[in-house]
Amino acid sequence: MTAASDTQSAVQPAYRRRDLTGIAVILGIAAIGYFLFPNNLALLTRILAIALLVLSLDLVTGFCGVATLGHAALFGAGAYAAGMAAAHWGITDPIAMVVVGAIGGAAAGLLSGVIILRGHGLSQLVLSIAVIHLFHEAANKASAYTGGSDGLAGISPDPLFGLFAFDLWGRTAYGFGVALLVIVFVLLRILVRSPFGMLCRGIREDPVRVGAMGGSVRGTLVKMYVISGAVAGVGGALNAISTQVVGLDSLSFTTSAEALVMLVLGGTGSLYGALLGTAVFMWFEDVVSAANPFHWLTMVGALLIAVVLFAPRGLFGTAALLLDRLKERRR
Amino acid sequence: MQTIFSVAVDALAYGMVLFVISIGLSVTMGLMRVVNLAHGAFAMIGGYIASYAASDLGLGYGVAMLIAVIGTIVIAVPIERLLYRRIYGAPELTQVLMTIGITFCVIGIANYVFGPTLKTIPLPDTLRGPVDLGFRSIAAHRLFAIACGAVVAVALWFLLERTPFGVKVRATVDNAAMAASLGVRTRIIYAVSFAVAVGLAAFGGIVGAELLPIEPYYALRYMVTFLVVVSVGGAGSIPGALLACLVLGGIDTTGRYLVPEYGEFFFYLAVIAIVWIFPHGLLGRAK
Repeated sequence: MTAASDTQSAVQPAYRRRDLTGIAVILGIAAIGYFLFPNNLALLTRILAIALLVLSLDLVTGFCGVATLGHAALFGAGAYAAGMAAAHWGITDPIAMVVVGAIGGAAAGLLSGVIILRGHGLSQLVLSIAVIHLFHEAANKASAYTGGSDGLAGISPDPLFGLFAFDLWGRTAYGFGVALLVIVFVLLRILVRSPFGMLCRGIREDPVRVGAMGGSVRGTLVKMYVISGAVAGVGGALNAISTQVVGLDSLSFTTSAEALVMLVLGGTGSLYGALLGTAVFMWFEDVVSAANPFHWLTMVGALLIAVVLFAPRGLFGTAALLLDRLKERRR
Repeated sequence: MQTIFSVAVDALAYGMVLFVISIGLSVTMGLMRVVNLAHGAFAMIGGYIASYAASDLGLGYGVAMLIAVIGTIVIAVPIERLLYRRIYGAPELTQVLMTIGITFCVIGIANYVFGPTLKTIPLPDTLRGPVDLGFRSIAAHRLFAIACGAVVAVALWFLLERTPFGVKVRATVDNAAMAASLGVRTRIIYAVSFAVAVGLAAFGGIVGAELLPIEPYYALRYMVTFLVVVSVGGAGSIPGALLACLVLGGIDTTGRYLVPEYGEFFFYLAVIAIVWIFPHGLLGRAK
């Protein structure tokens, strides 16, 4: 017992140091992006919003082992909740909009979690697909509230803290996005290392055993889904605030599938992988579709096949594996 | 009465087309346990080849169909050997990603080679006009689709239940390792079943081209529908797939006729309800 607590106290500072390094790297890359692409901050802000979606997908897919092709439902619910709050009910304070988005996303997470967790394997995938299509149709039909296929316009957020207006260049939106991402990232690092996060990993490894030990498998997963929904909702709200419009594409099957692709590209089960995958994928998409939109799908398809065949742990997982091997060789 | 009859005929034709395309997916999914999202892409390839053979080369409908089915199998078999074989037994997530990747590639290449426009497969005159059934006349093509579905169902049932090959397939489905140790060459069983599945997909893509038009995003648009049908029916079950196609085809077509503004709402609501009640599919077996 004492030995265990000794190693724990020795391990914890190492974790903390690694987290601080991670945050420093995120902030550093964010700053480099700001100075390298001052005219393309809209794209960078969109990357931040999608990164929140992929982080939230990592929570259920990477940490709980739930395969879903319907995760954009949570992102879109957050975006529409924040957008409708601003456009219809006059809640235009950006922080309040983010809170509304998180609540909307959490509610969507609860609903889709209850449905999706009913199945296993193939039926789970199919349920998640059905959920995203239902959300999409519902948003399309309720056009009085959501603007339908025209998109929800008329979102004009107030200046942040009454000081920083959301300008044409998107500087405020970008800074706001970076701040949100770092805050969420820190909270999620704490979450995945908490006993609750460990329980989720246990369920991914062997749900039957967790159940036999007295853990509530379904209850835990639904809770994780709600948390994941809140994170995705924050991402959706950030997207609504920065683009000032919410379109049906935020609730689409394609967005869900792309989020999954980004996650696996980066590597599941580590929050860093989600961030790396999003950045690489979105950058790649921007470059290739600017050069030749026709071949975009072919390139993504080839990339996916290559990742599955040659780097099944994703970019981050493969890099970490190589680093570990290097370290061992030095010893 | 007229409406009910025409809705029923359309629903039956649509369900049968769904059945012809997705039964191959159901068999491979039951046999190899691969969540193959690229199945629709093979149906699309079949449609494109048939369209090219019939419109551009001026061949007859039957010949075009034969060329398309063989051509699709020729394209698909190397893909099975090089790519699919590596994901047998892998987690669902890996399989989904690999097969989505294949689908994206096929869409991109189809877009590049054939362009983004809709392709048609010209029907022979005998299938073009209406057929008089004595009390009603219905489109000959619908009748043809329904007949094709029925023939495929009976032929597959015969192949799997009454031939030595079928015995081996069923043994491999039940326990691949045990079948292999009893002398069944599972690799060949896999390859042949995959070829049959792809050939059926191409056949269904051609027969159903009037209902599911051939265009580059065909593979993505109907990918979900085929997967849903298999899941609802229960992977590996022919009667299950037939039942699922008829039920879902009926719900979808009726919904489109009666409340067109709700699109696919009823379809997916029905899917959630069925999968909720039968997590292993209507006639699937628990693993």
